[in-house]
This record gives sequence, structure tokens and C-alpha cells, in this order.
Amino acid sequence: MFKARLFLQRNLGGYLFLLPALVIFAVFVWYPLVLGFVMSFQNVDMLNPAVWVGWTNYRNVFSDPLFAVAWRNTLVFTGYALLFGYFVPIVLALLINEMRHGKAVFRLAFYLPVMLPPIVVAFLWLFLYNADSGLINSLLGVVHLPGGLWLETKASALPALVVVATWGSAGSTFLIYLAALQGVPASLYEAAELDGSNLWQRIWHITLPTIRPIMLLMLVLQIIATMQVFTEPFTITGGGPDNATLTVLMLIYRYTFQNAEFGEASALGVVLFLVLAVFALIYMRMTGRLMEAD
Amino acid sequence: MEDSSERTLVSPLTLRSPKGRAIYWTVFALLLVLTLVIFGPLYWMVSSALKPSIEIFQNPPTIWPLNPAWSNYLKAWNVLQYPLYFGNTVILAAGAVLLQLLVSATAAFALSKLRPAGKGIIQFVFFSTLMVPPVVYLIPQFVNISNLPLIHVSLINNWAGVWLPEAANALNILILKSFFDTIPRELTEAAHLDGANSWQLFSRIILPLSRPALAVVTIFTVVASWKDFLWPLLVLFNPEVYSLSVAIYHESGINSTYPLPFNYLMAGLVLASLPPILLFLLFQRQIIRGVNLTGLKG
Repeated sequence: MFKARLFLQRNLGGYLFLLPALVIFAVFVWYPLVLGFVMSFQNVDMLNPAVWVGWTNYRNVFSDPLFAVAWRNTLVFTGYALLFGYFVPIVLALLINEMRHGKAVFRLAFYLPVMLPPIVVAFLWLFLYNADSGLINSLLGVVHLPGGLWLETKASALPALVVVATWGSAGSTFLIYLAALQGVPASLYEAAELDGSNLWQRIWHITLPTIRPIMLLMLVLQIIATMQVFTEPFTITGGGPDNATLTVLMLIYRYTFQNAEFGEASALGVVLFLVLAVFALIYMRMTGRLMEAD
Repeated sequence: MEDSSERTLVSPLTLRSPKGRAIYWTVFALLLVLTLVIFGPLYWMVSSALKPSIEIFQNPPTIWPLNPAWSNYLKAWNVLQYPLYFGNTVILAAGAVLLQLLVSATAAFALSKLRPAGKGIIQFVFFSTLMVPPVVYLIPQFVNISNLPLIHVSLINNWAGVWLPEAANALNILILKSFFDTIPRELTEAAHLDGANSWQLFSRIILPLSRPALAVVTIFTVVASWKDFLWPLLVLFNPEVYSLSVAIYHESGINSTYPLPFNYLMAGLVLASLPPILLFLLFQRQIIRGVNLTGLKG
């Protein structure tokens, strides 16, 4: 009895302070997460009571011809997004870090698009790409080049969306690299130069090894982030033309809000969860290592 | 950061040589061109919003409108019902800040300073969610919000339906906890000896000392809330409660037969972008510090 009172006296305050967060996390993270797994085995349409259907939802999802299309588009999008969005911020940060003039202006300019609401970015580019009056085709016309049907052609629609997403988000990665470069000790550069190393050797043997943990981390984070792509295809192309920009998250949205197939949507959500979990585990191992390194 | 004498990859000596200077200014010029390309779409957004409808479709395009129609902004303001949706978005952001600070700061304080029994398990409950992006439970969350467990209340078309799921933010707890960890133990112990209870410790000592960290969390919450689109789109479908992004999506009429005139839409986009851009210009320092905090840890 005395022991229990002592335990409470010592811990009650802590538990009271943790209570709001514990309740919020239980109701709005852990519960829906478990509910998703349960719903993926149920027939749910929000009107009738849920019925247990076993693996039916998964079978339906896997046999849906759009399943392969959506995953292929999502992976291609992720691939292009890394191609543009992974190396460009590193190179930019390296160059701008060497600038003795206008560093603050460059930093501001490259980060500014990140602050725009995604819906603004999407609509702005929708009109830049416009075939008749968009800026891109107009500028091409000025130099007598033929314009393109950027969003209406199957081959160019997805890369066009990657450009939009990169324009709107590369700034934050760039800022992180710029900060990481401040952490490279100047004495290392000086010593290497005394040893007769050239610029490339210094980049290769000093700069890149120093920022390598962050480069790895950004790689995983960018993969996780781009695999959730939704706003750009949803608002700019609506998944078209002919499902060429349909992504996994858009398919989940369609199952739910066009077909009222909550079970199928949850099953696809679980599949997405499993794929992202692999990257998340890599990410956690790397942050664990990073924090140990601190 | 702006110290030009600080040694970087290229030595000051190399930069002073003729060849070094030529390369430096070439790179500078290229970066300047790239800046213009990045800024191009923004400039086009602002200038298109000032053009009359005919001039927008003119080819070749005019760089600056011949007769800037500033009234387009007024029209967009009215057509998009900007005051209503601006107000809604401010309410969403303010609620998000209050709730997230309350939930994250109390939890971070308990984990950092009070350290109750079972702290390890509780930390795992919070921080393991960093690995699970909310979109993987998007639909179950929607079902959850439509009919909350035990109390059977629907939060659809309710601000709380946006605020509460966002309040479960493990990254905020992590940022605040790491900051609280840097506050020396002697300080809290001294206050304890003077008879301060946990609440006084939290509100009189920890919070006032943590203003920089709280500022970072606040600014990031406001920006994230202003940029949020998918979740408000699902939860808020009564026009009365639309956020600005959701309103622009619906009222643009992009997919309908009566799209909003192009110049009004552009003006609307500019108006929706101004608050976060102003925020950025005012709080650049905090935001850059915050990017580094969140980027490295989350």
C-alpha cells in the first residue's frame, strides 16, 4: 500500500503531463492504423455493418489492372524525382556555398517555392503547361520551336508532373545540404591543399564523406516522400491521360470516394504501408547510427 | 554563415587568380540565370493576374501587362470569397498551433524532466510513429473521424477533424524534448527545492527558456497547416468550412464547364501565397534553423 502510494507520488505528475499526447496518439494514430488492417479484411461501405471477407479485398486489389499501372507510375515518378531532385540540390548547395556574393539572395530564391501551398503550385503549372496559351509553349513559339501537349501526351505527362513537384520541394533539401556544408572543417581543406590536392580530390575525399550521412538520409526520406505523391496528379492531370499519371495514393482515393470500396482502399493502404515500412526501417537504422555518432 | 573570409572548398588565393575569377563569375552568372528560371513561374503568376483576359492569350506574351488591371485582385478577393476562406485557414492554423504545442510540449516535458516509470515504452509509442506516414492510414482515419470510437461523434466538416489528427506529431515532441534536454538539471532541481510543483516548473521555467524551440515548432505548424490539402479536402466538404486550398480547388472549376476566369484564378493564387511568403520573409532565420532540425531528425 505504502509502496503503491510512493510509486504514484513519484510518477503521477509525469503521467498527467503525458496524458494528452497518449490519448491523441492512441485515438488518431494507433487506432486508425489497427483499424486499417482490420478493414482490409472486411467489406466496408459506411452504410451497412462491416462484414468479414478474408483475403477478398487483397485479391481484388491485386487483380485490378490499375494496381500494376499505379505502382509502375509511382515508381517511375519516384525514379524521375530522384534523378532531378536528388543531385540538383547537392550541386546547387556546393556551388552556392562557394559564392562570396549574393548567397542570401540565392538561398531565398531557391527556397521560396517551398512556401507556396501545393494547390497554388499545381494550378500555376497547369497553366504554364497549357497547350494554347501557356508560358512554356509561348516561349518556344518566340524562338520558333514547336510547342508540346505536355499534359495530354502519355509519355510526357508524368515527367511534367515531376518537374512541378521538384520545383515546389527541392528548396528544402537544398537548405539542408547548405547547412551540412557549413559543418565541413576549413582546416581539412587547408591541409589537403598543402598536400597538393586539386578541387575534385577535395570534393571527393573531404566534402562528400562529411555530408554522406545526410545524403543517405535524404535519399531515403525523398523516396518515402515521393512515393506518397498525390496533389500534383490529382489536381493537374486527374490521373490522365489514360491513367498515365495514376498513382497509388490516387487509386486509394478512387476506391474510397468513387466506388465506396473502403475495404479495397484499406488493403491497398496496407500494401503501401509495407513498402514504405522497408524504407522506414532503413531510415530508422540510419538515424540511429547518426544519433550515436553525435 | 555570411562571413566571406571563412575558408570553403575553394581557397581565397585561387579565387584571386585570373582563371579563378573567371570561373567564379561564370558560375555566379549561371546561378543568376537559374534564379530567374526558378522565379519565372512566380513572376508570371503575379503579372498574369494583372492582365485582361485577351492579353493573357496573346502570343507572344507581354512581359508586363500594358494596362495593369489591379481590379482583378479585388474581383478574385470577392469571387473566391477570400475573407471567409482566409479566416477559415487562419482558424485551422491557430488551432493546430495551440493543440500541437499543448500536446507536444507537455509530453516532451514529462519525457525530459519528470521521467516517470515506463518512459522507454512511452517514447517508443510516440517515436515509432515517425516511421509511419499518415497517408498509409488515410482511409481508416477518415472512417475514424466520421465515427469516433466510444463517443460516436462525427468530426466531418468540423475544425476538430483537421486539428486532432495533426496533433499527433512525434517530430514536435522530439524537437522539444531535445531542446528541454539541454536545460540544465540544476535549474529544475533548484526550483523543486524551492517548492515549485511540476506545473510551475513547466510553465514558469521550462517554457520561457524554450522560446526559440517553441518558435520553430509554431512557424512550421503554421506553414504546414497553410499548405495542407489532401486531409482538409476529405474532411471539410461543406463550403462554409473550406480552407483556402480546398476552396481554390473547388471554386477554380477546373473540371467543370464554367471555369473561373484565368486572370481571377491567378490573382487568387497570388493572394493565397502571400501569407506564407510574408511569414518566410519575416521569420527566415527561424525557418532555416527549423529546416535543419526537422531535416536531420525527421
